[in-house]
Amino acid sequence: MQQHYKTDVIIIGAGPCGLFNVFELGLLDLKCHLVDILDKPGGQCAELYPEKPIYDIPALPVVTGQELTDNLMVQIAPFDPIFHFGQMAIACEKLENGHWQVKTDYDTVIEAPVIVVSAGGGSFMPKKPPIENLEQFEGESVFYSVRQMDAFKDQGIVIAGGGDSALDWALNLQPLAKSLTLVHRRDDFRAAPDSVNKMRHLVESGKMKLVIGNIKQAQGSGGQISKLTVKTKDQGDIDLNCSRFLAFYGLTMKLGPIAEFGLNLHENLIPVDTEKFQTSTPGIFAVGDINHYPGKLKLILSGFHEAALMAQEAFRIIHPDKKLRFQYTTSSSDLQKKLGVNDQKVA
Amino acid sequence: MKINVTDQDGVRHEIDAIEGWQVMEIIRDHGLPVKAECGGSCCCATCHVYVSEEWQDKLFDMRDDEDEMLDENHDREDNSRLSCQIIMTEELDGLSVTLAVSARP
Repeated sequence: MQQHYKTDVIIIGAGPCGLFNVFELGLLDLKCHLVDILDKPGGQCAELYPEKPIYDIPALPVVTGQELTDNLMVQIAPFDPIFHFGQMAIACEKLENGHWQVKTDYDTVIEAPVIVVSAGGGSFMPKKPPIENLEQFEGESVFYSVRQMDAFKDQGIVIAGGGDSALDWALNLQPLAKSLTLVHRRDDFRAAPDSVNKMRHLVESGKMKLVIGNIKQAQGSGGQISKLTVKTKDQGDIDLNCSRFLAFYGLTMKLGPIAEFGLNLHENLIPVDTEKFQTSTPGIFAVGDINHYPGKLKLILSGFHEAALMAQEAFRIIHPDKKLRFQYTTSSSDLQKKLGVNDQKVA
Repeated sequence: MKINVTDQDGVRHEIDAIEGWQVMEIIRDHGLPVKAECGGSCCCATCHVYVSEEWQDKLFDMRDDEDEMLDENHDREDNSRLSCQIIMTEELDGLSVTLAVSARP
């Protein structure tokens, strides 16, 4: 079912720069909707290195990727951003009224006069194993995520991978599967110890099969997979009969459909000017790692600066008749009211 | 100081190396096809290389986090390493590595 929204600014990407866009735009009374393919905010900070310390955020001597994300979420909370998680922006078109319309792969449609692309290194997409002809089964019997558990009921399932996604889904799908085999390169799992213990227990009791090896080949007909061949160290090649294959080899970033939005590109980056951080298309901005300009440094702090300047021009586009007043959050009672300062009793 | 890098198309490149740099950074600086999407913090597995046999003993053993990240690569072999975790030193002058398909941008 299509969901329609209207807002001031559509932000593609909810990483640290996407989130800080909300703050800078919010100070100028502009409301935002954010679209992100991940199921949570933070982008690379949350997906690639939530536990790793970052040392070059101004005034934060050390902060982890997750802490930075959590802090940004607190900082932008007064502006009530609307998030569309787990969705990919797949199309962008200009409407007759001059506004932009962005569609997602979940049939969400958002209209706004301004778009900010803060998509970092692109969309996180599943890493696909280099198995010949695997594409012919994708979406029908081979998947890289589980959207509907029903599709796995009473099926012969093979799950590949050694991380939390592989283990979590192996445990969740085992009770409803006809059979379930977990395949991993080595007999050592980086998933949560509790999940690994549960998996070992199911294997011991014969309710799940564990095969250590590399999947080399897939067979089947039409979109239906029927057999996977696993190369093992001690038993040679093993054939696994199956009707569903789930591969969890982690995520990688790809630019994806943004490449088709009609923006000028420079080696998968979006060139912008350094005054407004606007792209070749007026009304569409790019902030953070995804943009390119002379001297660009891919640092979070660069993106924060870019967001502040972008917001000025976004305001002028959305309110061409209004005068833009430059204010400090330290002294402006107007800004402090927007931030809910008195409500929170913050000095 | 040099390193030898064979790219995914089998072309061999002898490139200048700088002491103290990550081998990934040296490869990237020469414009060879290495994705390195996390920028060298051992958080992805896209600077994957195969290290020639004669050089394997000269490298520091990999840490657990590198070992775990490498598992994301379907083309992992026994001589697989993440090139961001190899720091260039004089002892590695002449190091020979091959870029994995999973490191292609």
